[in-house]
Amino acid sequence: MNGAQDLGGMMGFGPIAIEQDEPWFHAEWERRAFGLTLAMGATGSWTIDMSRHARESLPPAEYLTSRYYEIWAKGVEKLVVAVGLVSAEELTQGRSLADPAPIKRVLKAEEVPAVLARGGPAERPIDQPARFAVGDRIRTRTMHPQGHTRLPRYARGKTGVVELVHGGHVFPDTNAHGQGEQPQWLYTICFSGRELWGDQADPTIRVSIDAWESYLEPA
Amino acid sequence: MEHGDHHHDHDDHSHLSEIELRVRALESILVEKGYVDPAAIDALVETYEVKVGPRNGARVIAKAWADPAYREWLRTDATAAIASLGFIGRQGEHMVAVENTPGEHNMVVCTLCSCYPWPVLGLPPVWYKSAPYRSRAVLDPRGVLAEFGVRLPETTRIRVWDSTAEVRYLVVPMRPEGTEGMSEEALADLVTRDSMIGTGLARQPEAVR
Repeated sequence: MNGAQDLGGMMGFGPIAIEQDEPWFHAEWERRAFGLTLAMGATGSWTIDMSRHARESLPPAEYLTSRYYEIWAKGVEKLVVAVGLVSAEELTQGRSLADPAPIKRVLKAEEVPAVLARGGPAERPIDQPARFAVGDRIRTRTMHPQGHTRLPRYARGKTGVVELVHGGHVFPDTNAHGQGEQPQWLYTICFSGRELWGDQADPTIRVSIDAWESYLEPA
Repeated sequence: MEHGDHHHDHDDHSHLSEIELRVRALESILVEKGYVDPAAIDALVETYEVKVGPRNGARVIAKAWADPAYREWLRTDATAAIASLGFIGRQGEHMVAVENTPGEHNMVVCTLCSCYPWPVLGLPPVWYKSAPYRSRAVLDPRGVLAEFGVRLPETTRIRVWDSTAEVRYLVVPMRPEGTEGMSEEALADLVTRDSMIGTGLARQPEAVR
């Protein structure tokens, strides 16, 4: 979706606020929001793609004025309601009002190291051969899906070159909407700065994205 | 660990911000329902506050500088080469290492969210997740680098990697001159977090002596 998360190429946000000796967290609530997000992710109640979509679905003005772990906390709020683990009324009142819903698993403290070490690999076996090879020229599709996509606006309808072929990867555009993983070949596609930004762009710049096969057509 | 001052004044929440109250309410509902074990949250936070960080990545880079065979392994299968040092798991499942050269400088961004290689760099700094960096890294990387105090020769090409999938990129900065014969441990001290994102360069050996 063309939400506020899709920031590449926007202007006007001002200088980058670089903080020397930055702490890992800036407040206790950030620690809890971070931990809650990972702990709820480990329950298997949603996928990482659903999480990302929940965050980017925040209204643009809210997304852009929320601190990052605030966006995460709001994402968890949306998800627990969406999957029926918590009611909107419970969130409003700040307490549980009903028995818990069934949940696949609950992360225990002693399981944390193993769960983090396992991670969430996105590579999947894929039957069909890759449509593109390293060096092929492709054009990214012009599309504006209402749902989740990982093709940023600045890289839509652009001509680039296949630089890496990564294998079959879970397709976020379906996986974010309960339509399954539907793995596709994933490629790194490299564009010239001028292709993306026009003739005035710095000629020494190249930018790449990682793109699933259905984002691409031969050029 | 810093727990703040909220444990001893449950009756007066007026000093807490809206987001503090909101996150606290969310945690209490999820704990009350038995979906979340607060000790697991503590363990998750402790992992990323104490155990994981850019020293991990610095070890990878120092080894690549010192050991040509390891460097080649990192080039061809970064996930396995990095895992051999014990750095594995969440947000580092599919690693690619990209090497800076005199001709080309690499820089990593996630314009769509905050994708970042946690096992080697830890959690991302706020600026990496912020709109100013995410918006301009792909449009004006040379200007972004200048804000970080990095001025490259005009002839050095800049290559930006936008992490739009689950592949995570680690920049291998150029090894500074005058570091021949230094131990891997000493070399690792020259490798900064920003040099592995591509918003910085490795430190000169004089800077750490």
